[in-house]
Amino acid sequence: MASCPCPTEHGRPAIDGYDPVARVKALEQLLVEKGYVDPLALDVIVETYAHEVGPMNGAKVVAKAWTDADYRGRLLANGTEAAAELGFGGRGGEHIVVVENTPRLHNLIVCTLCSCYPWPLLGLPPVWYKSPPYRSRAVIEPRAVLRDFGVTLPETTAIRVWDSTAETRYLVLPLRPEGSEGLSEERLASLVTREAMIGTGLALVPARAAA
Amino acid sequence: MNGAQDLGGAMGFGPVRPEKAEPAFHARWEERALALTLAAGALGEWSIDEGRYARESLHPALYLNASYYEIWLRALEKLLRDKKLLEGKELETGRASRPAAKTRRPKLTADGARRLMAKGTPYRREPCAPARFAVGGRVRAKVMNPHGHTRLPRYARGKVGVVERIHGAHVFPDASARGQSEPVWLYTVAFPARELWGEGADPTLTVSIEAFEPYLEPLPSKG
Repeated sequence: MASCPCPTEHGRPAIDGYDPVARVKALEQLLVEKGYVDPLALDVIVETYAHEVGPMNGAKVVAKAWTDADYRGRLLANGTEAAAELGFGGRGGEHIVVVENTPRLHNLIVCTLCSCYPWPLLGLPPVWYKSPPYRSRAVIEPRAVLRDFGVTLPETTAIRVWDSTAETRYLVLPLRPEGSEGLSEERLASLVTREAMIGTGLALVPARAAA
Repeated sequence: MNGAQDLGGAMGFGPVRPEKAEPAFHARWEERALALTLAAGALGEWSIDEGRYARESLHPALYLNASYYEIWLRALEKLLRDKKLLEGKELETGRASRPAAKTRRPKLTADGARRLMAKGTPYRREPCAPARFAVGGRVRAKVMNPHGHTRLPRYARGKVGVVERIHGAHVFPDASARGQSEPVWLYTVAFPARELWGEGADPTLTVSIEAFEPYLEPLPSKG
């Protein structure tokens, strides 16, 4: 979009002259006129993903797993049920699987075929997650992808990439950062970034989170 | 299908460019494209897999040039036309020229939307037969190149991996995209990077896919 300051992944002007702004406006009008959609339902959907569902949900799950060993066990055994304990679930997260980072193993989530992502825990996927650079490279050169995010892992850390090719939706349980001992669940949740739960980042160390 | 959507291992797209504090939407039209896609999908005229097939059926030049919501919007128009909910002429003029078609499910209300978001639509089904593969078993992903929808990425076809998890029986996307219902077992199958990418592959890397049972054939265990 011409007005958008972001890089090209938002899309370039269409080669066939297709104008999504005008098309979506016309389409909504038409679908409402024909009685196929209710604009109030559209507003609810937008409101849900603009404000109510987002990475703060996943961060709560991670913080609880860091502080409650029993919960961590339940989360790794059945992500869907453990997320539901905290009230999270639904569309795009019907079958949640949580995979745990360790000092020797780093997990990374991708959907090479489209944009599968655990909506109830992370909200809608960011543009980079849906774009060709990430989808093409995550499965073949994840260390180079991690460098794009400023993350360098020791060569001795094994990398496991999970390609989300079904309705199972993955979330990474990141390593609890050093210096986070004794922090409340709420403070811990503030250390958990979206990238940390996809595997393209690490949880923040407390000093950096405060900065 | 071997479309532009099947990106694993492709090269030349440049670096990943994360955006700081990225918002959920970048423009109002994106909000409406997402909401229209979900609300129209709730009419029950197509499955999520038919929706994906409509997206990947876009011409590769269009697919790779478009933003993600533009892909969604183009696919939504195609589905509405293909399912005869709208005519091409109506899409071009933005004006209704005939009465609405009867749909399998009624129009989504605001409350219905809340329920849909909160409950989702689980894809797990009762299995029709016992699972053919066990955790730890070696399997080969089939070499196959269907013209229809499939969730077996090209980079895994013909490769040997190990069954790591069994997720129960799920809706089979390849059949669901044809409007058929057919539960099959779903597995996580892990491949060493060297098996996928050959010489020069990261020796510390393992990649897994979610593999539906019809994608897999058995191999003898290593003796």
